Amino acid sequence: MPTADPAIQLDRVSRHYSMGETSVRAVDDVSLSILPNEFLSLLGSSGSGKSTLLNLIAGLDRPTSGSIVALGQDIASLSPLELARYRCNTIGMIFQSFNLLPRMTLEENVELPLRLAEVDRAERPARVREALERVRLTHRLGHRPAQLSGGEQQRVAIARALVNRPKILLADEPTGNLDSSTGEAILTLLRELQSKLGMTIVMVTHERPLAEKFADRLVTLGDGKLLATASAKGLP
Amino acid sequence: MNPRDLTDLAFRNLRESVLRNVLTTLGVAVGVASFVAIISIGVGLQQLASRRLSESGLFDTILVTPKTNFRGMDRPNPEPESGKPPRPLDEDARKEFEKLPNVVEVYPQIRFFTEVRFNNKPFATVVAGMPDSSKNSGAFDGMQGRFFSSTTADEAILQIEFAKELSEQPSSLLGQDLILRYAERQALPSSTTSTDTSRNSAEAPTGGFSIVPRELHLKIVGIVETEPAAGYGGYGNGRLLMPLGAASALRAAQVNDLRDIVRDSASNKTTYSSLSVRAKSPSQVQAIEDSIKKMGFRAFSLLDASKSLRIFFTVFDLLVGIFGSLALAVATLGIVNTLVMAILERRREIGVLKALGASDADVQQLFFVEAGVMGFLGGILGVGFGWVLSRAMTFGTNFYLYRQNLNPIELTAVPWWLALAALVIAVLVSLAAGLYPASRAAKLNPVDALRYE
Repeated sequence: MPTADPAIQLDRVSRHYSMGETSVRAVDDVSLSILPNEFLSLLGSSGSGKSTLLNLIAGLDRPTSGSIVALGQDIASLSPLELARYRCNTIGMIFQSFNLLPRMTLEENVELPLRLAEVDRAERPARVREALERVRLTHRLGHRPAQLSGGEQQRVAIARALVNRPKILLADEPTGNLDSSTGEAILTLLRELQSKLGMTIVMVTHERPLAEKFADRLVTLGDGKLLATASAKGLP
Repeated sequence: MNPRDLTDLAFRNLRESVLRNVLTTLGVAVGVASFVAIISIGVGLQQLASRRLSESGLFDTILVTPKTNFRGMDRPNPEPESGKPPRPLDEDARKEFEKLPNVVEVYPQIRFFTEVRFNNKPFATVVAGMPDSSKNSGAFDGMQGRFFSSTTADEAILQIEFAKELSEQPSSLLGQDLILRYAERQALPSSTTSTDTSRNSAEAPTGGFSIVPRELHLKIVGIVETEPAAGYGGYGNGRLLMPLGAASALRAAQVNDLRDIVRDSASNKTTYSSLSVRAKSPSQVQAIEDSIKKMGFRAFSLLDASKSLRIFFTVFDLLVGIFGSLALAVATLGIVNTLVMAILERRREIGVLKALGASDADVQQLFFVEAGVMGFLGGILGVGFGWVLSRAMTFGTNFYLYRQNLNPIELTAVPWWLALAALVIAVLVSLAAGLYPASRAAKLNPVDALRYE
């Protein structure tokens, strides 16, 4: 294993929810190191805690206990405003259902993180075009999401996630709503972008074959616990 | 997010649910319009009353009398006796008043009770002399006929009630003559006076006058429905009005003449029972009044009544404002409802924004700006609607007055400060209405919001 500092370090992270009188342990005492430029896939059945863990890394949720350090920042100690900045500048996120804003054009969707990061208005068009070029969708700038196929929508979502040049990309079931060939195309694109831009990718999926083909490492969760860590077969 | 991006996004969001947002904005507009229209009645009435009162001269006029003038035989004198005789209100005093700063004119109050003959029938009435300046006072607006051709013309303007006594068809009186019968005061030669008074005392005062009956033909040139000579200084309302110059030339005996002769103020000099001093504006009345009092005269103005009037209208405006605000309060609930609905509809969008890096403050401000934009647009529309409504009320009122053969009035007024205040209130109320939805949106858990279908 390389000795470089981890991009993301999870140390005994737990996330418990109270449901009435019972306590649900969505993530239970998980410790994990994710290296810079690593493509890590979180596997597990439904309810295993993989999406909760991804949300904790994204700073959308806070752990009940334990610490998460991403690029040297202890997420648990950040204020709500600092967490928002972290999500804006350090993290890029893509989702199973794409989560594009339906009434905005592709260009406006991709521009949204730039607005939130208060990037200079003059600089934005070039950044948007650059992001859409990476996903090969510059010819559809003025289209709305509903006018695109699922695969194209996910490519727009990737462009939006990358427009602020994040160091960590979090993908929650990115191929869940796509057919297998489109799903494979999306992951190929992610891999390509990773090697070109240099970033850490954490992908939640339940499609093991795809994970084995594209990820560097597979982490399996069950009932919130880390069950196994293994190198993927496709590891170069 | 910077303000321009916030505004961009807010406008975009408002355009997305265009029907609902337009209806909410219209709700604000209707609230603001009713507020503006109701307040405009208060402002209009206040301006109307102020203008009429200011034009009537009641609030820029000071009535000056000699210190003894109103004192009855058995009434105590509230002011300490200085031992000196009171200063007569004569021509010298009049000139002194004219020299005071901010005095526009000084004229005597000429009013006397006398008899008028018309069609050989006698009618008792009070004659009042009107200064030329009263032409522009507003009191003669809408009169039948015309104002006096000159200040010395032998012309009369009749108050409508008196005109009705003379004829069942008052307008037929215009151009006709009437005979004014009055008692002229003729000064006696001093030698005669001396002989006549020697019986009383060697040091008895000299002077005196005879009363000689006279007649004067006056041409009726106008009939007025208001009471231009209803001033507080008279002895009953003047119902037959004459030019002041012509009235002075009559040297008609007035109420105080007999008392003045007993008190030795009926010297050869012209003395007045009272003088009206007009100031440039009501604000200068107090200073002039004080100066005149220092000169040894009694002075009286209606400034205090004017203050009461202002208090009355302030309270009136407050009350109508409260009623006007009720519609605005209903509109506020409309904004709250629209924004709460928007949060439910845009729950997922709020989650996406937060996942992309929007802070709680960004989300809160976004909803806040949306509320403010609805308030601002509703405010502008509302001020416009309110103005149209106020004009419609004035039009309707004047139509009714026209049908009643009455003069039109400006019932309502929408001054710039009312428009600006309504706009500011609309925005502030809308922002207040946006407080709860905005903070609710900001507190949304992004994980829950992203799961929301």
